[in-house]
Amino acid sequence: MNEAIAQLPALIASHVLLAAAAMGLALLIGLPLGFASARRPKLAVMSVGFAGLVQTIPGLALLALFYPLLLALSALVGGGVPALGFLPALLALTLYALLPILRNVVAGLQGIDPAVLQAADAVGMTPWQKLRLVEAPLAAPVAMAGIRTAAVWTIGAATLATTVGYPSLGNPIFAGLQIERWDLVLAGCIAAALLALITDALLGLIERGIGRRKKALTLSGVALLAFGLLLAVLPMLQAPERSVTIGAKNFSEQFILARLIGARLERAGYRVSYREGLGSAVAFRALQSGDIDVYVEYSGTLWTGAMGRSDTPPRQAMLDGIGRWMAAGPKTVLIGPLGFENAYALAVRPGGGLTSIADLASRAPRLTLGADLEFLDRPEWRAIRDAYDLRFKATRAYSPTFMYRALQSGQADVISAFSSDGRIAADHLTVLTDPRGAVPHYDAILLAAPARARDAHLLAALRPLVGSIRVEDMRAANYSVDRDTDKATPAAAARWLDRRMHR
Amino acid sequence: MSSDDPALAYVKVSRLYGGAAAVDDVSLTIARGSFVALVGASGSGKSTLLRLANCLDIPDTGEVLVDGRNVAEADPIELRRGIGYVFQNIGLFPHMNVAENIAMIPRLAGRGPVDIAAALERVGLAADHAARLPAQLSGGQQQRVGIARALAGEGKLLLMDEPFGALDPVTRDMLGHMVRALHDDLDLTTILVTHDMAEALLLADRIVVMAQGRIVADASPRAMLAGTAGPEADALVAIPRAQAERLSALAR
Repeated sequence: MNEAIAQLPALIASHVLLAAAAMGLALLIGLPLGFASARRPKLAVMSVGFAGLVQTIPGLALLALFYPLLLALSALVGGGVPALGFLPALLALTLYALLPILRNVVAGLQGIDPAVLQAADAVGMTPWQKLRLVEAPLAAPVAMAGIRTAAVWTIGAATLATTVGYPSLGNPIFAGLQIERWDLVLAGCIAAALLALITDALLGLIERGIGRRKKALTLSGVALLAFGLLLAVLPMLQAPERSVTIGAKNFSEQFILARLIGARLERAGYRVSYREGLGSAVAFRALQSGDIDVYVEYSGTLWTGAMGRSDTPPRQAMLDGIGRWMAAGPKTVLIGPLGFENAYALAVRPGGGLTSIADLASRAPRLTLGADLEFLDRPEWRAIRDAYDLRFKATRAYSPTFMYRALQSGQADVISAFSSDGRIAADHLTVLTDPRGAVPHYDAILLAAPARARDAHLLAALRPLVGSIRVEDMRAANYSVDRDTDKATPAAAARWLDRRMHR
Repeated sequence: MSSDDPALAYVKVSRLYGGAAAVDDVSLTIARGSFVALVGASGSGKSTLLRLANCLDIPDTGEVLVDGRNVAEADPIELRRGIGYVFQNIGLFPHMNVAENIAMIPRLAGRGPVDIAAALERVGLAADHAARLPAQLSGGQQQRVGIARALAGEGKLLLMDEPFGALDPVTRDMLGHMVRALHDDLDLTTILVTHDMAEALLLADRIVVMAQGRIVADASPRAMLAGTAGPEADALVAIPRAQAERLSALAR
């Protein structure tokens, strides 16, 4: 719990920064658009309709949609538009905040007594004076209620920014969900809820101040809000001299390796930040664009994914091929393989008489395949399926943790396991062999961003990791984090792994 | 502007709404210092004619002249600050207190502070009303503030569109007398739109009757009562006259 709380200030800072920026942008768009819409019924139908449509898209999906959109935009303008991190999160949250602001500004303005507006004209107000002296103050209480709603939504939805690699209070929530550390999940949830409650209370103060025409109340609300904002983002202002961002995908091994790398780099004098929970395809793009500096990838993932290959060459040939491809194309740096594989494998409960994937073909129509969230869309699955002609009764997708539970409880009969997963040994699972060599190799390889190619200090700090992690140790470290009781934190598992390497 | 120019003049003015004429080729000259009542049934075009004077509405054809100047060539903002406008729904700014409401035109025009106590006294309100919000006032008090706000611009032309329409008869009578007194004291030119012929007869120097966008009668109250102003005027005058006769019959 202490560890969970220790990382909160930095996460609260970036969370608040994102939410405030999104609210600022939404107000910048929503207020003028609301005023314009209140006078033009057609525009009102269009703008409120559009904002309402955006609202029907699930928050997670909206964030995910901005990734390809920004990639395409970046390609269009010749690069330089970040598709991950702050920008997509900002845009998605801004769109999300727009509806309550827009709707309430329009409602607030349309609710003004027409006689008052006529009087404003009759006393000789210019359109701007009418807006400032009459329309804005009279619409403010209703508009303010919409702004409050938008702020609370935005603070809650900002936790989703974690999934596009922007650090937020979603980090402990998503990481905790993954490794079943409910204290992390709670820490993230409670912090986000407190932020939302405090913001709502302060905006409520401003709303009451405006509604009751008490300037002092309004101003103190504004001042408190500004002070809170400043207090929250204070940890961000301490900019480090040398900083490095380590990426991690969304499972325990990645969290552990990220902490292992992070500890090494901290010892080498770097200030380290983490972007955890990245999707497989997203991670390499993030490295290529420099959004992250270092992360651990798996050779087969690159081979079939970014490189688009469908052959399955021997281990060393694949590594050489990846090295050549990187040097020619994306300019990312292959520091080297860590020494173990985390290949996709199919695993079953023991005692069923199954030993290889070939045995599975005839029984598959009576069995249910449990897969992790991306396996069924991956070329490896297609390769295995086609090589062995597998037709399952049903396929279900789970997050990795729940997938093992599903196998244990019989909801799934076969699962897509990872060869370095500690739960294989712990649950006494049988890993089915691959006699036809359909699954490519998945060596864990350490990669660095193009900009780090000449950072000799960083490369020197990381090279000792090459070839130094045994698969048994990785499994044990993974299990220490994944097991149901007496869980270790990823950082503790990383420290344990680091010590094992020197033996 | 020269002092010979009429305070307000309409020259062959028409205003169409969706093809139908609300104001149909009206020419009318209103002399400085006169108190004119514009009378007619609902939809006769009297309110529209009034609103053309301070550019709250724009004529489709013809010219509107204020102090001899074509309003189409004037800055409408400046024009309105110089013309008092009072209407049935009052339209006090609900988020401003009485003093802020009254001081609005001088504030917009960038003129110095307003003597709120004097402005309130002029419309028969005590000075301690200054800090109240419109919602804390009765309907009659609100319209008094509305009149004070219109007069604070120090314009000499006062346009009133059914100003007493929503008030009870006692308040209505009191405010009518007050407006007539203000008109005389301040040398105003006042145009009062009303559908109440009795009110028009008792307050105005001149009564203009409108029907279907046109002027159908234009005479002094005395001529109206004498029955020389035409059939439309007679029909309108017949109602208060009959009421008065029935009342005096009851009293006998």
